[in-house]
Amino acid sequence: MDRLVFLLATGVARGAVFALFALSLVIVWRAARVVNFAQGAMAVVAVFVAFGVTAATGSYWLGLGSALLTGAVLGVVVERGVMNHVPAGNPLPGMIVAIGLVMVLQSGLGMLFGPQHRPMAAPFDERPFQVGGVPVLSPYDVFVLVVAVVVMGVLALLFTRTSLGLQLRASAFAPEVSRLLGVRVPRMLTIGWVLSSAVAALAALLLVPTELGLNAHSADMLFVHAFTVAVVGGLDSPVGALLGGLVVGVLMTLVTGYLGATVAPVAVLVLLATVLLVRPAGIFAAIEARQA
Amino acid sequence: MNRVLPQVTGTPRILLGGLALAFLGIAVTFVLDPYRNYQLAIVAAYFCATAGLSVLVGLTGQLSLGHAALMAAGGYGYALAASLVDGMADGGPGTSGDEGTSVVRVLAGLAGAVVVSGVLGLLLGLAGARLRGPYLAGLTLALVIALPAVTAVLRGVLGGDQGLRAPYEDVPPALERLVALEQWHAWIAILAASVAATGLVLLRRSRAGLQMRAVHGDETAARLSGVPAGRVKVVAFVASAVSAGLGGAVLCLVTQSVSPGAYSLAFSLLLVVAAVVGGLGSLGGAAVGSAVVVLLPWLIESVTTALDLPADLQQRLSGNLAVLVFGALLVVVTLAWPGGAAGALAARRAARSQQPPLTER
Repeated sequence: MDRLVFLLATGVARGAVFALFALSLVIVWRAARVVNFAQGAMAVVAVFVAFGVTAATGSYWLGLGSALLTGAVLGVVVERGVMNHVPAGNPLPGMIVAIGLVMVLQSGLGMLFGPQHRPMAAPFDERPFQVGGVPVLSPYDVFVLVVAVVVMGVLALLFTRTSLGLQLRASAFAPEVSRLLGVRVPRMLTIGWVLSSAVAALAALLLVPTELGLNAHSADMLFVHAFTVAVVGGLDSPVGALLGGLVVGVLMTLVTGYLGATVAPVAVLVLLATVLLVRPAGIFAAIEARQA
Repeated sequence: MNRVLPQVTGTPRILLGGLALAFLGIAVTFVLDPYRNYQLAIVAAYFCATAGLSVLVGLTGQLSLGHAALMAAGGYGYALAASLVDGMADGGPGTSGDEGTSVVRVLAGLAGAVVVSGVLGLLLGLAGARLRGPYLAGLTLALVIALPAVTAVLRGVLGGDQGLRAPYEDVPPALERLVALEQWHAWIAILAASVAATGLVLLRRSRAGLQMRAVHGDETAARLSGVPAGRVKVVAFVASAVSAGLGGAVLCLVTQSVSPGAYSLAFSLLLVVAAVVGGLGSLGGAAVGSAVVVLLPWLIESVTTALDLPADLQQRLSGNLAVLVFGALLVVVTLAWPGGAAGALAARRAARSQQPPLTER
């Protein structure tokens, strides 16, 4: 029972990170109709920058800021430099170009920093609190949860309550009409990439201290988990990403806790296949168009 | 291309062409040294998988990031079936070095590879028929990442991280004086590759191939015209998976082992690079692409070794530099030459055969 409570609590913290990363996939999907397979690799670049800044200045918070900044800059560079030139109307070239980016970024990081895992310190204690003798969440888990909730809240406010959010949503749903009404659609696209890539960087930065360490491939599994989350929730639904994140996080932690870490990727595969076969466009997706 | 034997057309022509290419390949093995023959066998194995992937993406637009897992399925199918035949032969009167058992063993292994990769391909195809765009790519990505975990869970059958060993295939006694071991393996690889390629060409020009192009062009319109879109996609995926499985079987035969470590995500992405660089949908392009992904890393490795760099730098460059080049190729080819090598060639040929513009009247 103690173990179950502990695993559930850890699963929620882990799920918050998955949800955050999945949210970044949802943002860029809604803005550009691209599943950015390079999101994980881009986020790891940002985490490497944060690692360097933290090592140089000794401040975790400067590292966090630099990760967000790097993520945002990478978003602009990737969107303006590469994705903007991909022919539209067919999802295939975008996916292939993103895969090319993954290879370039990961091998570049591998060349610069080598294959070893660099341990990354968390800003707070990672030993769990005891509640009535039962270990529950560590201070770091609480920090992760708080950051995730705050970021999601800010994003929700941005998208639903501000003029910028309205323009972002409008240019995603009806680019032609928005342009006629004076929305700068290309700029909105870039802003979508910036938001998405910064949020992804944050999620990866939050995850890495709880994992093996920092390496060019640190976010591979995070991407697969987050993709699963985004699919479970539907790529179009931010609420779906949040709920899906919690479900996948708790499920993965339970599987890892009770059946062992080797089984976890199989569990992801089974979950993904099941959801895709039952609801091919995700659980929270609206029907887009009739397919005959 | 139609100048040779113009009276033979249709399916016989394709079969003849496949046979001719196989003989040409076998003839080439006589002028290569053993290491080149080994590389040729690897290229042929990669070609099987790349051709399957290229036809799948080019004809139906389904992007699979999991073809390495399908190759692994073929490799495991080969190792299991060949070991089974080996075990039965050891119990019987014949020795395992017997020429007859060797052929039966290889054929049984290839059949095992076809069955295992075909079944996995069928399952993925059934999922793929319902999915569009990024969803199938994500599912196959999860599959290839879960491969080590799957082999660990099924440790009893698939041998966990260590993988399985396949029986050693020596040169048959009748050919011992004529060919070396690597050359014999290259022969098997070339034959498997030509069978796979011929099958894919036949599929591409069949009714099913036409339906695949229709579904790729506009699925809704195709369905309204009575094309069973789901079934067409499943057929494409199974054909592609069997071709990849043959490649995995050849790789298993040549290296005598199959393990999950060899079929990582990086390898899967390498197959995507080969298919895209060669030109999606083109088999000739797949041959070019698979030669590029086998030979370029080897070339880069040779150059960096020759440059006499510090050991630390060399270790960092090893492997990574090739992946960097491939990633850049993937981006550049997709943006600048969407047809890949085959597309660029076809465009040049079209430009040359075009009538000169009518400037003077």
